[in-house]
Amino acid sequence: MLILERRPTPSRFWAWGTPFLAVILTMIAGGLMFAILGKDPFEAIRTIFWDPLFNAQFAAYSRPQLLVKAGPLILIAIGLSLGFRAGIWNIGAEGQYIMGAIFGAGVGLAFYPMEAWFIFPLMVIAGAFGGLIWAMIPAILKTRFRTNEILVSLLLVYVAENILASMSLGLLRNPEGGGFPGSRNLGQYPSAANHELIAGTGMHWGVVAAFIAVIAAYILLQRHILGFQIKLAGQAPRAARFAGVSPDRLVVLCMGISGALAGLAGLFEVAGPAGQISIDFNSGYGFTAIIVAFLGRLNPVGILLAGLLMALTYIGGELAQFMLGLPSAAIQAFQGMLLFFLLAVDLLSNYRIRVPMLMKEAR
Amino acid sequence: MDFYGINPAVLIASLMVASVPIMLAAIGELVVEKSGVLNLGVEGMMIMGAICGFITAVHSGSQLLGFLGGAAGGAVLSLIFILLTQVFLANQVATGLALTLFGLGLSSLLGQGYNGIKPPPTGMVPYGPLADIPFFGRILFTHDWMVYASIAVVAAVWAVLKYSRAGLILRAVGESHDAAHALGYKVIRIRVMAILFGGAMAGLGGAYVSLVRVPQWTDGITAGAGWIALAIVVFASWKPWRVLIGAYLFGGITVLQLNLQASNSFPIRIPVEYLAMSPYLITILVLVIMSSGRGKASLNAPAALGRNFHASR
Repeated sequence: MLILERRPTPSRFWAWGTPFLAVILTMIAGGLMFAILGKDPFEAIRTIFWDPLFNAQFAAYSRPQLLVKAGPLILIAIGLSLGFRAGIWNIGAEGQYIMGAIFGAGVGLAFYPMEAWFIFPLMVIAGAFGGLIWAMIPAILKTRFRTNEILVSLLLVYVAENILASMSLGLLRNPEGGGFPGSRNLGQYPSAANHELIAGTGMHWGVVAAFIAVIAAYILLQRHILGFQIKLAGQAPRAARFAGVSPDRLVVLCMGISGALAGLAGLFEVAGPAGQISIDFNSGYGFTAIIVAFLGRLNPVGILLAGLLMALTYIGGELAQFMLGLPSAAIQAFQGMLLFFLLAVDLLSNYRIRVPMLMKEAR
Repeated sequence: MDFYGINPAVLIASLMVASVPIMLAAIGELVVEKSGVLNLGVEGMMIMGAICGFITAVHSGSQLLGFLGGAAGGAVLSLIFILLTQVFLANQVATGLALTLFGLGLSSLLGQGYNGIKPPPTGMVPYGPLADIPFFGRILFTHDWMVYASIAVVAAVWAVLKYSRAGLILRAVGESHDAAHALGYKVIRIRVMAILFGGAMAGLGGAYVSLVRVPQWTDGITAGAGWIALAIVVFASWKPWRVLIGAYLFGGITVLQLNLQASNSFPIRIPVEYLAMSPYLITILVLVIMSSGRGKASLNAPAALGRNFHASR
């Protein structure tokens, strides 16, 4: 029988070691799943993790995609991680992402076909605002009425999805689209388009914003009093209250920041890679970002790396779908598995595992 | 006696059917939360139940086996939750989310090739003349047996929690796991059984969606029903009979908005999307009402809810 012994302080080694261990365990379990599906597990893992970057045939297409997919994931996950650290669970980032896209695209389309330098910056502000107000709903309900923010933020995702459908069928529908759902393509409207900044890299304004968010979050958590309060509120809520940290203020700030960042991610996606508001615009980035935040251990630098890795599973998954006929749902299950293993091996950083029989012999 | 083409007897009869999945999932989650565990993976367990039940029913041709398969699917997924939270002491909120994300992915993987297939038909209970009673016959005696079974489950949970020793122990574990442990009760074992029950009920509810309510398989078929079930537990302030009321309320709203979508004679035309979002909006509204003011639901929450137990001595 094994005995768990609480460590006085979390292990520094395992704090960095667990994500790697979890990825390896997920590869093994995922390989088993692929084998059950009748695919060669080694080939599948290689197709997902190696080919998008180093295969001579596909890398030219896949490498830029890495930043395109990682940008929104990192941007959303950075925001979520602040709340998660303080014990504030915003799990409705998907809805905030949708609302950011609708607000931002709406502002852009309102100016169509005018060409001016200020249109794109206005869209960025509107996108952040859209995500912000959508996140403020659970935040204010939490602070005013003590309503559970987990349930409210999640339920608002379904509301946002319906608003998205309504917008792409009604208000924002392309008047020259022949009655098809979906807005005008922002990619063909130069003042509103979020173009690739350096050709062939996949780098667009959303990726720039993601990098800025990583740096800002790092400074916030390391150097700013607010970052200290966030960490304190998560680790010792009672001590935080005695130290004068207002829990309500933290809820509003953490929800607001994560909502605004998710809204930004939505705006950059709709103006760039997606191009238009359509019924199936959202692709689950808001939920995958939860996995990214945990994989990065809620640490900004960790999230940067985790976002890139998770983007790789998206691209590799598409490649495996194309090359091996691996269903896309298998990748979704694979990503979910990763979160399981992360949570399971996290035990190692907080507890020591002892084997009583060996201890007796040692005496 | 119709209102804008909506017959009240038909409306009540169909809301009883519509509320079965959320009622089953919510009563299961109520037991889980009463034992002090917060399992946010209801949506994931429901959809696993939906696909497992569907596959079992299609291959066996028996609806009963389908429901059993659904319950098993939900319970198997909840085993992962048990392993992570009760053995590896992982955070319950994060693990519940992981369960939902994984369940959604795995169910759509398992469901490949089951789109567009019809499950075996629902076996109607022979009511004889009972069904011909005006109004009440239509409301009470036109359902499949699961409608009655789900109400029976609510009654059973209420009776066990209120009157039996097992229910008392379960509540003790949920209120103070340390005190229960000191009295010699096996906290982890009791919680494991509660979580398994919750998983089986969520799976059963999911199977009802794919076998009776829809009835076919599409990805994401539960469409947030699991989250509404979680909200209903809060709405019910952890009391079994209020789960029934809550489920009927939300079943009623779902059916009413579907009827309004189809109704041509209703004076105001509300766009379909705004009708479709109404169950979620009203859930939020009810949560707000329940969590504020004098009747604070949170005061009734099990004291050890969401806290992991680790016997250090």
